[in-house]
Amino acid sequence: SGRDTIKPNEQCIEKVLVANRGEIACRIMRTAKRLGIQTVAVYSDADRDSLHVKSADEAVRIGPPPARLSYLSGAAIMEAAARTGAQAIHPGYGFSSESSDFAQLCEDSGLTFIGPPASAIRDMGDKSASKRIMGAAGVPLVPGYHGHEQDIDHMKSEAGKIGYPIIIKPTHGGGGKGMRIVQSEKDFADSFLGAQREAAASFGVNTILLEKYITRPRHIEVQVFGDKHGNVLHLYERDCSVQRRHQKIIEEAPAPNISEKFRASLGQAAVSAARAVGYYNAGTVEFIVDTESDQFYFMEMNTRLQVEHPVTEMIVGQDLVEWQIRVANGEPLPISQAEVPLLGHAFEARIYAENVPKGFLPATGVLNHYRPVAVSSSVRVETGVEQGDTVSMHYDPMIAKLVVSGGNRGEALVKLKDCLSNFQVAGVPTNINFLQKLASHKEFAVGNVETHFIEHHKTDLFADESNPAAADLAYKAAKHSAALVAACVSAIEHSAWNERKLPSIWHSHPPFRVHHEAKQTIELEWDNECEGTGSNLVSLGVVYQSDGSYLIQEGDDSPSLEVRVTRAGNCGFRVEAAGLSMNVTIAAYLKDGYKHIHIWHGSEHHQFKQKVGIEFSGDEEGVQHRTSSETSSHPPGTVVAPMAGLVVKVLVENEAKVDQGQPVLVMEAMKMEHVVKAPSSGSIHDLKVKAGQQVSDGSALFRIQG
Amino acid sequence: GNDPKPDPLRTLQKGFCVGVLPDGVERNSEAFSSNSVAMEGILSDLRSHIKKVLVGGGEEAVKRNTSRNKLLPRERIDRLLDPGSSFLELSQLAGHELYEEPLPSGGIITGIGPVHGHLCMFMANDPTVKGGTYYPITIKKHLRAQEIAARCRLPCIYLVDSGGAYLPKQSEVFPDKENFGRVFYNESVMSSEGIPQIAIVLGSCTAGGAYIPAMADESVMVKGNGTIFLAGPPLVKAATGEEVSAEDLGGASVHCNVSGVSDYFAQDELHGLAIGRNIVKNLHMAAKRETKGTFGSEKLEYKEPLYDINELRSIAPVDHKQQFDVRSIIARIVDGSEFDEFKKQYGTTLVTGFARIYGQTVGIIGNNGILFNESALKGAHFIELCSQRKIPLVFLQNITGFMVGSRSEANGIAKSGAKMVMAVSCAKVPKITIITGASFGAGNYAMCGRSYSPDFLFMWPNARIGVMGGAQAAGVLSQIERATKKRQGIKWTEEEEEEFKKKTVDAYEREASPYFSTARLWDDGVIDPSDTRKVLGLCLSAASNRPLEDTRFGVFRM
Repeated sequence: SGRDTIKPNEQCIEKVLVANRGEIACRIMRTAKRLGIQTVAVYSDADRDSLHVKSADEAVRIGPPPARLSYLSGAAIMEAAARTGAQAIHPGYGFSSESSDFAQLCEDSGLTFIGPPASAIRDMGDKSASKRIMGAAGVPLVPGYHGHEQDIDHMKSEAGKIGYPIIIKPTHGGGGKGMRIVQSEKDFADSFLGAQREAAASFGVNTILLEKYITRPRHIEVQVFGDKHGNVLHLYERDCSVQRRHQKIIEEAPAPNISEKFRASLGQAAVSAARAVGYYNAGTVEFIVDTESDQFYFMEMNTRLQVEHPVTEMIVGQDLVEWQIRVANGEPLPISQAEVPLLGHAFEARIYAENVPKGFLPATGVLNHYRPVAVSSSVRVETGVEQGDTVSMHYDPMIAKLVVSGGNRGEALVKLKDCLSNFQVAGVPTNINFLQKLASHKEFAVGNVETHFIEHHKTDLFADESNPAAADLAYKAAKHSAALVAACVSAIEHSAWNERKLPSIWHSHPPFRVHHEAKQTIELEWDNECEGTGSNLVSLGVVYQSDGSYLIQEGDDSPSLEVRVTRAGNCGFRVEAAGLSMNVTIAAYLKDGYKHIHIWHGSEHHQFKQKVGIEFSGDEEGVQHRTSSETSSHPPGTVVAPMAGLVVKVLVENEAKVDQGQPVLVMEAMKMEHVVKAPSSGSIHDLKVKAGQQVSDGSALFRIQG
Repeated sequence: GNDPKPDPLRTLQKGFCVGVLPDGVERNSEAFSSNSVAMEGILSDLRSHIKKVLVGGGEEAVKRNTSRNKLLPRERIDRLLDPGSSFLELSQLAGHELYEEPLPSGGIITGIGPVHGHLCMFMANDPTVKGGTYYPITIKKHLRAQEIAARCRLPCIYLVDSGGAYLPKQSEVFPDKENFGRVFYNESVMSSEGIPQIAIVLGSCTAGGAYIPAMADESVMVKGNGTIFLAGPPLVKAATGEEVSAEDLGGASVHCNVSGVSDYFAQDELHGLAIGRNIVKNLHMAAKRETKGTFGSEKLEYKEPLYDINELRSIAPVDHKQQFDVRSIIARIVDGSEFDEFKKQYGTTLVTGFARIYGQTVGIIGNNGILFNESALKGAHFIELCSQRKIPLVFLQNITGFMVGSRSEANGIAKSGAKMVMAVSCAKVPKITIITGASFGAGNYAMCGRSYSPDFLFMWPNARIGVMGGAQAAGVLSQIERATKKRQGIKWTEEEEEEFKKKTVDAYEREASPYFSTARLWDDGVIDPSDTRKVLGLCLSAASNRPLEDTRFGVFRM
């Protein structure tokens, strides 16, 4: 190998502009700082106070919140680089990271693009072109249609040739956006048109390709790296099979249950793919593995650093961002293929602000309480937000990536489960509970992963109302948590007073009553997030006992629980209940006339609502007492927006007759389309929303009259 | 927990440490164990009486109340109070066995507690007890609460849910000076003195009762449940023929929208109570504080007593002939058991000295036997000292009376007693009386009995009160009776005399009971001895709310 004899560029990067936001911007800057490289952040108006801005040495405003006017604006980014004297641009992932135009623009502006050559991005970015190149290089391909002829009838006949089920994908872009699975010919037209629209909205190009849909596939990808001296190596594979809405939520490296031989041929194929396009810098070659035939096929190459790159970093003990910078500086790869170690096993869980019971719809809101787990050599938390930040509708709703490693898969999994149960987020709904269930699933434990894992195990993963035993167990656990909440809330009330004001004997603990013990009633509504249906009211009597403990009574007949609470830090408590003592964390915030209270203890996390709802609007009859369900104030038959978002298309008119399940309008949030369908047959009324209109979560869209 | 954690050094040197009281209790003594057994019985009686009144007017009435989305009066108060804060309820056993029918807590709950840190006086009708109507004792209890509020300058919160005067007893509730009308008089006068008057109408509020919210500075009405009218629908129909629902006649909408009788419209009780809290938040009481300052707490930090306060239950004498050292009580109620005794060697049947209770300096006057000339003079001297220094006084009463007999009279015991009574009457510092045992005769006066307007007066459940003991009274009365009979030439057998004596003793015994006292509001409540320190602390805090006053004594007979 010639890498020892080649001298690096004389001009090394001393200041880098990170053309991204959120966790990846923070992560890139961390490595840059370690290498002594100054950092420049760019931000839209929505991100003025965000962590990536604070983390940078300098930060430049580049436009209003919509990404196309800020983070996707090449001109604004070039200007920011010029103003700050940055010599290089790191694009992160998403946004312009896979835009060959952007890479070219950087080169033209005299800036180093930390990434692959523009030509490789172009070759791999066009999925049809990339498959041709791969085919020529001998990399196995999934049967499909990658032609330029995009006429709908022609496409339909090509689909027929491949054989249903097929998958429709935009030729540009990634991340699952615009992808559709079509089971039969009759659904083809709708899906095709939808995919075109989403592709146009997301990537500005609406060409589509078709492929054979593999029923029981695994998604395995290989991390490759090249330098400008012709060296290409791979850093093993990642299994990213566990997906929802075609987006990865748990990734791991290396892939479980594959042979060394299979691993070697995957790696070899990936290196061949990279070489075929003259690749350098970080890239990922994605393969689809047919678990039934043990065949693997090239899917696409992602010409960027990927979201899940930390799992690879964990098992090879390398910093890929450092590699990226060194390669951009013209240095050779620091190690050879033979020197790449394989150190144990790593998992990454993506923590999203999303509404799991509503089909994983993105959620927005304020992170009223945000306490990720403590990091260590085997636990990484990649995050771009802090407590008090808002998860806005403008960008990806990912809150953090939790990355853990262990000596083997079992060790790493234990750590993953523990970290998930200690990862505290309150204020927006998250998928943490769901991730816990995933990680605890017995099939996951043995590595039987595939891309339909969630679909195939949905009865285990989603609380099932038809399983009363499980529901009862869940309710019991929630009631126990409610009792602990009641005790902790009482303790908070007491200490809150004495922290704010001068202590007085009237506020000393326990409160005094003449000849009886003080008692209060706390009514908590359990937010049963996993069932997604309604909530359960728990009424708890709290008796302040003279020794300072609390006697919690739930109902008149059930036995009472004696709870002792000792404060341990800000939201932390040491709680002893019926002789069992444990650490408890409580987070509370006000929202929509309710006090929302979260509790974490052991591997349990529950959330409750407490009515504080005394709103002083002054106006007499107008004083609205919020009921437990806001939607109940709408007339019957009303369909509400399942999420905050943009109405992109209204498919029917007022008074129109619709059948049950018929699409009525299409909404978009976080670039994901969501079709709002008629819940029952009938005629449409009160349809007031128009295409292009922004609607808030839970607002009335239309009404169906049967 | 008031577990005393004695400082080892201090314990070692106890005998030599200035001001720290010794334990003073012999736990192995027969008195200790017999008192403790007797007190257990007394307390268990007390708790069973309390248990009955805490449930209000019975299961049916409570159920009816709940079905109207109404809370019980103590629950209402709990929701107004700062979360997790204390409440000093007064006269829980008012009306106990006073009328033929039970009248739990006299039909009204009163007491003191903080709202947004401001101490307030609560007066809450209990609608489950005779519809919240006013019996004579209800009025007395209401007026007593107002008296304390006026004296301690505590904002008044009226939780109104009452059918008005109890009509069958109209002659005892309506016409006299200290009757129903006095409630509104007090409201007006307190308002004029800048003591906020707040009414929350949570139920009916008819006839005279209508003036409670109408006279208030600010009033809240709850939709559906709260009504205010001078005459209810039946009376209106009888008088004018007009048929109208209670809600339309005097509901929250009418009074908040149209008549202006009420100021705040509440959707439900919780809303109404929350508005009540907000009203207190906006009182801006700080601006109303006199510039010359209040008694106030001097030290926020305090030490707990060195000895177990629960031992007061075993120290309290059930047999009033039994002597015990009042210092063993003081040692268990004052900060760090530190007591700087004044004139320790002189007039030893009265113990006087300075101490702190929850950081508040107090002058303590306690009985250690009957009052002699010297003890009365010492008492008067000590009260003068405290009045001049603006130190609140705590009286620990256990007094069978002044010394009688020719020697005592010749020494001018009446003159000495008069000095102490004069001093007690005129002292303008906060005064709090705890009757720990006997409270008989002029001793009651000199030790700040009810007539001497202590800011608060509480009784221990073992206490006895009366003009004299039953045996003495029987002796006096039988002597008179015998003389009368003799004059009339009627023969009085020994058996008849014994019978007469027994009757007298029984009547005196019954009337000396703390239940008889507390039922009639001769005190502000019967407390568990082990709550004494806490109650004193709360009372001192409430009484210290008012501005400092200079004391002017009258003419002391020298």
